[in-house]
Amino acid sequence: MNALPAPTPLHALHLGLGGRMVPFAGYDLPVNYPAGIIAEHNWTRENAGLFDVSHMGQAFLIGPGAAAALETLLPGDLLGLPARKIRYSQFTNADGGILDDLMVTKLSEAGDRLFLIVNAACKAQDFAHIQKNLPDLDLDIATHRALLALQGPKAAVALERHVHGVSALKFMEQQDFVWRGEILFISRSGYTGEDGFEISVPADYASDLAETLLAEEEVKAVGLGARDSLRLEAGLCLYGHDIDTTTSPIEAGLNWSISKRRRAEGGFPGADRIRWELSDGLKRLRVGLILDGKAPAREGAEIADASGEIVGRVTSGGFSPSLGKPIAMGYVPPRFAAPGTPLSLIVRGKPLSAKVVAFPFVPNRYHR
Amino acid sequence: MSKILFTKDHEYIVVDGDIGAVGITDYAQGQLGDVVFVELPVVGRQTKPGEQAGVVESVKAASDVFAPISGEVVEVNPALEENPALVNEDAQGKGWFYKVKIADPAELEKLLDEAAYKALLDSQA
Repeated sequence: MNALPAPTPLHALHLGLGGRMVPFAGYDLPVNYPAGIIAEHNWTRENAGLFDVSHMGQAFLIGPGAAAALETLLPGDLLGLPARKIRYSQFTNADGGILDDLMVTKLSEAGDRLFLIVNAACKAQDFAHIQKNLPDLDLDIATHRALLALQGPKAAVALERHVHGVSALKFMEQQDFVWRGEILFISRSGYTGEDGFEISVPADYASDLAETLLAEEEVKAVGLGARDSLRLEAGLCLYGHDIDTTTSPIEAGLNWSISKRRRAEGGFPGADRIRWELSDGLKRLRVGLILDGKAPAREGAEIADASGEIVGRVTSGGFSPSLGKPIAMGYVPPRFAAPGTPLSLIVRGKPLSAKVVAFPFVPNRYHR
Repeated sequence: MSKILFTKDHEYIVVDGDIGAVGITDYAQGQLGDVVFVELPVVGRQTKPGEQAGVVESVKAASDVFAPISGEVVEVNPALEENPALVNEDAQGKGWFYKVKIADPAELEKLLDEAAYKALLDSQA
């Protein structure tokens, strides 16, 4: 990307808050504010953090049979999804690799109106993929909307003061709410492992809404740095790192996102590989790793077994503020994937001892 | 009387007689953010100017630390193992990385004094 990073509708607010701006997926976004990543991380786990995720792609997919049609591009069960519920899924390629991961909200019982949220770095390609493969449907890309995430155990109490009724939503449910005469699409979801909300707001109102929420004593602005450490602790995949076109949803441990019907019927790109991996053909699996020492292992570090043989590679790694120690995730053959398995992570030529743990690293606190 | 000198890579050395205490500058720690781990050189190692002499890990990333001058590492800061955040709290004081026995005092003349380092930071701002 040669163009200058684009501002989001909250750009001036970030600068005013002292955000340390970095280019990310074509946008100029705060990696942290003056409090710093660890303080912002801990604030989100204890109170409520407000994140600008306006870089993500938002679109409506509209037309008769939209849910059935979109099922031909991803393994998620959309026909079985009730109205106003959200499904996490992945666009797969013919080899069963992941083109992107996304959230799909079913806006109508008939399944003729869907709302999609996709990753910033993939959005142009995702939208082209949909338009090419589902030409009979209308893809309405919501470029005029910003996206805020309010995450943490006090998110509901803070948001409820301004958006009455929002605390009645349960995890992975969505409703429209009116705020100052504008429609907000609010879902009870997020990327931190905490209870929280993602709020799609008209771009012109995004700063007002953010400032309104930041005026609440429970709420502070949180940047991309803590967003990454929070999602890592929650065991959630980051596209382009933990999942990509070479990894399948089964290798990534995302089996839970593929229903029995979809497994049995197939009908999405790469269904053969996924069926084979679900039977007994799985070659590698994404695992969580906790290091014994203090030195973090980063993306790209090799994973070695007890004999020193390289058996995999770290896809995300860093310091866990909640655990006070380094954590990582990476892919290893299934025989090394059992919790408790000792492995080494090679950092600057030295093996650091680690052991496999079950995801998430830090317990989820979703409002189910 | 001690004096502080700087490299263009944002390391400092506090010179006291023939011993220098090396660390990263306050500006550098501010750029890195929360420091979570520091890898220090082993005592007895001979350093050369510009050679990697350690690694500082922030939440975000790992950064190399370079030796400002030649000499033998005579001591490393034991407090950093338990509390790497000392680098953020007091980079140019309690957050020092290691002490070196200065091999060639003439090398100190190639480093920046406080005024020159401040000018470098101002030019980058």
